[in-house]
Amino acid sequence: MAAREAPPRLLPSGDSAITVEFSRDIDDAANRRVLALDRTLAVAPIAGVTETVPTYRSLLVHYDPLQIGFEALGEQLLTLAQRPDPAAARIRRWRIPVAYGGEHGIDLDDVAKALNTTPDEIVRRHVAGDYRVAMIGFTPGWSYLSGLDKFLHMPRRQNPRVLTPAGTISIGGVQTGIQCIAGPSGWHLLGRTAVRTYQLHRDPIFLLEPGDTVSFTPVDARTFAEQDRAAEAGEFVAELVAT
Amino acid sequence: MSKLIVSSIGPASSVQDGGRPGSQRYGLTPSGAMDRLALAAANTLVGNEPFAAAVEIGPFGASFTARCGAVHIALSGASRSADIAGRTVAFDTSATLADGETLTLGFAKGGAFSYLAIEGGIAGEPMFGSLAVNARAGLGSPYPRPLQNGDELQVQRASGAAERRIELPEQPEAPIGILFGPQDDEFSEDNKNLFLDSEWTISATSDRMGYRLEGPVIKHLHGHNIVSDGTVNGSIQVPGNGQPIVLMPDRGTSGGYPKIATVISADFGRFAQISAGHSFRFKAVTMAEAQAEARKFAELLRTLPDRLRPLESLDLNLEALSAANVAGHAVNAVDAATWQVAESATS
Repeated sequence: MAAREAPPRLLPSGDSAITVEFSRDIDDAANRRVLALDRTLAVAPIAGVTETVPTYRSLLVHYDPLQIGFEALGEQLLTLAQRPDPAAARIRRWRIPVAYGGEHGIDLDDVAKALNTTPDEIVRRHVAGDYRVAMIGFTPGWSYLSGLDKFLHMPRRQNPRVLTPAGTISIGGVQTGIQCIAGPSGWHLLGRTAVRTYQLHRDPIFLLEPGDTVSFTPVDARTFAEQDRAAEAGEFVAELVAT
Repeated sequence: MSKLIVSSIGPASSVQDGGRPGSQRYGLTPSGAMDRLALAAANTLVGNEPFAAAVEIGPFGASFTARCGAVHIALSGASRSADIAGRTVAFDTSATLADGETLTLGFAKGGAFSYLAIEGGIAGEPMFGSLAVNARAGLGSPYPRPLQNGDELQVQRASGAAERRIELPEQPEAPIGILFGPQDDEFSEDNKNLFLDSEWTISATSDRMGYRLEGPVIKHLHGHNIVSDGTVNGSIQVPGNGQPIVLMPDRGTSGGYPKIATVISADFGRFAQISAGHSFRFKAVTMAEAQAEARKFAELLRTLPDRLRPLESLDLNLEALSAANVAGHAVNAVDAATWQVAESATS
């Protein structure tokens, strides 16, 4: 099936990286191809490739120009991009607890108003979603999820906030996301999770991988506080669901 | 162990090394030294691995005091006045602080960052194999933040190794090489030419995340929002206001502005050394040229130990000084730091 798709574009990102672009848009099919090429490179490494960074629509391939040139690497990447996804059957599923609304999701009421519905309906739709980690970027552990209910698509805030809390679960545009460390955000804050997608001195330091699937489970504020203490101590509070 | 006490330091100074590549897929930026050649030169002078942890010192002055034993150091990168207890220290040479002595550094001249390497490196707890400070991610050792007055660095006691200097090639005043892409097709030919043909000034709001450029407004063909994709050191983003931002080692790993071009890797350190308020130009190169430059740069890094020389006697220095004077440069014969600046100006 992959062989019938258009080949990706090879775009130079300087002399030590190639952007392998599958689409210009947020596109689920393109993201699957990005993740497939990423996994292919993990099982069939190309000498000289030092690091890969999957995003929604492209795979950034860092390489050492002393070991391989742009043309030779590009050719090999185009060949590998035609291979079927080697690991599609072994995708991990995570269940992430979220305390929605109130102090943990200060935009929930406004989002409900803007979409002419109730906060409960927003939470119901957000929890019903089956999401995929399309990419991780911006700051450590910031996981961008695809699969947001169309009903919840809405533009980002006019004025981004300078500081939003660690563990924020938010929506922006066609995406939802898990933010790990406190930082700026222009998205709408629906809730918070105690799950640390990035935590030093824990093994593994990064919990989620691009391509993992995620669903959310609502918890009350008291449970969030308990889980937050446990997570701070290095415990996992995300549940890995058997597949 | 000896200690190097940070007696005084300005902002934008931190412990940096070769950085921590390998986790950009998790949103972790590599960080690391802004000018890898200067870091490697300073480390080579004191017998360290080229990308061992050293102190990256921003534009302002700083002073460091040795405690509990002598400390063997070397300075490279942006030159500035430097003395140990009144003795002038030249850049690109090693020197020793006796127990209790203070190294005093002035403001950076002709660059933005200087590197203070210490024999044996800096003691710390590596995370992802690196001590480099990345304050946003809470990483860096011994302090996960820029250095502050009173900080203490645990270092090795000076071994008594001979003082040396290193002969570095002249840094050309040439334009900064770029490769167009990955999103140069988001710009018209006219705007790409405007980008290439204009003089750009480094904004005062620049930092280790990005250097903001001031110059003509570069217009986009289809607006300034793209779907975020991966970034590299030297990615040149053009946000809505049309003023490019060159992404530096503390960049976000992904970004949502079109990237018109990328600074070539061999010129990245030279670009990082352009200080705020200074102007420069870009020059487009081909991929073959950029990769040839990358190989030359790697060869230079690899052969740094071959460029070490014993520190000359004062007689030889005076000869060099008089030669510089003949060339018409006013040189203070007792100020080796001034001689250093004059030397680069003559050739």
